[in-house]
Amino acid sequence: MRYLPHTKEDIESMLQITGHKTLENLFDSIPQNLKTNTGINIPDSLSEWDLNSHMIELASKNIPNKNYKYFIGAGSYDHYIPSIIPYLISRSEFMTAYTPYQPEIGQGTLQGIYEFQTMVAQLLGMDIATASHYDGGTALAEAALISLRTHKTANTVAVSNLVHPSHRQIIQTYLRPTQFKMVQIPSTKDGKTDLKALKSMDDLAGICVQSPNFFGNIEDFKQVRQICTDKNALMIASFTEALSYGLLKNPGGFGADIVAGEGQSLGISKSFGGPGLGLLTGTQKQMRNLPGRLVGKTKDINGKRGYVLTLATREQHIRREKATSNICSNNGLCAMTAGIYLATTGKIGIRKIAQLNHDKAIYLQNSLKEVGFIPAFNTPFFNEFVMKVPKGFKTKRNALAKKQSIFAGIDLEPFYPELKNHYLFCATETISKEDIDHLAKEVTS
Amino acid sequence: MKELNELNLPENIKYTKDHEWIDLSKDLVTIGINDYAQDQLGEIVFVELPEVGDTFSQGDEFGSVESVKAVSEIYIPISGEITQINEALEDAPELVNESCYDKGWLIKIKPSDPSQTKDLLDKAAYLKMLKG
Repeated sequence: MRYLPHTKEDIESMLQITGHKTLENLFDSIPQNLKTNTGINIPDSLSEWDLNSHMIELASKNIPNKNYKYFIGAGSYDHYIPSIIPYLISRSEFMTAYTPYQPEIGQGTLQGIYEFQTMVAQLLGMDIATASHYDGGTALAEAALISLRTHKTANTVAVSNLVHPSHRQIIQTYLRPTQFKMVQIPSTKDGKTDLKALKSMDDLAGICVQSPNFFGNIEDFKQVRQICTDKNALMIASFTEALSYGLLKNPGGFGADIVAGEGQSLGISKSFGGPGLGLLTGTQKQMRNLPGRLVGKTKDINGKRGYVLTLATREQHIRREKATSNICSNNGLCAMTAGIYLATTGKIGIRKIAQLNHDKAIYLQNSLKEVGFIPAFNTPFFNEFVMKVPKGFKTKRNALAKKQSIFAGIDLEPFYPELKNHYLFCATETISKEDIDHLAKEVTS
Repeated sequence: MKELNELNLPENIKYTKDHEWIDLSKDLVTIGINDYAQDQLGEIVFVELPEVGDTFSQGDEFGSVESVKAVSEIYIPISGEITQINEALEDAPELVNESCYDKGWLIKIKPSDPSQTKDLLDKAAYLKMLKG
């Protein structure tokens, strides 16, 4: 979409019509004490030559991603990005600061998002996916709100303490000004959610469990479903590694009511931690309770296929205070990216990539075991797992990061104080056997 | 949209200021939205109804009617327990437009406080309210 600035003449002729002397006079109705008189403190403009050298200087502080070896995930994963993705999303029709929602000019974007929704719904085994949210954490917080809004009496949502720590924080932030509250479900010695603890919990509108959980372990969704039914609470499944569902039975297959999580793994670069991609899906029953944008397929006046935003009556410009969310924007370009990624890999490709991730993670765990690391849990995982590390590992890890750009695991102690000397490791398809052998050698030397 | 004199407002039922209608002639009381409401809303695409067994107090919101341009809450004219809901509306919400007093009824209730009927409007009083 083009950006057309107003010329001096444009402004003059508009002012003549509105009857204002200057542009400033337009803002006369704003009280003086609310206006700033100091202006905006930004430096003067630079010449093209000066600007270029300034930007080159800034860019030289970055180290290209490809020079790093990541053995960490924890919500942001290093995956290969097919070269079709940067090519397609750089096209001016897609790469715009504004998502062209108007059907008369945005059929390409709307069709792209519609296909994204379809593939996300298939990946997670659900009926409907929204056009996306800011990130996994906000999608999950919206899921918690759906359960609280739709439950007739309950005011509490139970969240596993193995849901990503940042996501739990976002839910807390959303709920702080409301009458609703979040309680945390403790974890077991196996590194899984202690579902037995739910027995004594009441007043539950929703129960939220992440799988693979923050430790990488696979949770027992079948049992979660049973407990949710017994407690009359919505089953909210979450995830941070969307690729895992290339291999694992998806949450929809277990009867989840809502599935919310992070889609960064689907072709989106890590970009210093964001923007991510919030995926939110529900069953047909939740259709009118979902927040945010939805793209639907329809027919035009001539009977031709077309795409439009649909079910807009849930949204704030129509429903006001009863809207299903006050964030009705979406991460359009990231959604498009994930859509292209899923279309590129296909059903078979995503399974193969997922299998590679799992195989490499197993090889990494075995290699670390051989050099004195001890698995913290004996529980099936996807591409992340927790290890108790030998003495002196912290120093070696920091040296590896500094000298060789190798990132060997994340210290879990800041998130789980009881897990001193425990690190969360990850292996994806971007890590080679040589990388793993090299790491195992380095951490023992 | 219809002029006030074009509205279909039967004499034998009562109305509320929120444009619901209520038929008190049988033991089970039937409730819906009236011709003015369906006409103002336009093409109705979804009706959200409570579950059988739910109880509501006079004036409570018991569901909503969604048209292509708006969602409107619907309020219960008198207190009572839901004994029946119009399940046909799930697949055919347009019945509310086509036949708001007959096939497009919303709920049947067992009233819990018959004295509340004094708050309801007859056709003349309702029309007077519409004319303002």
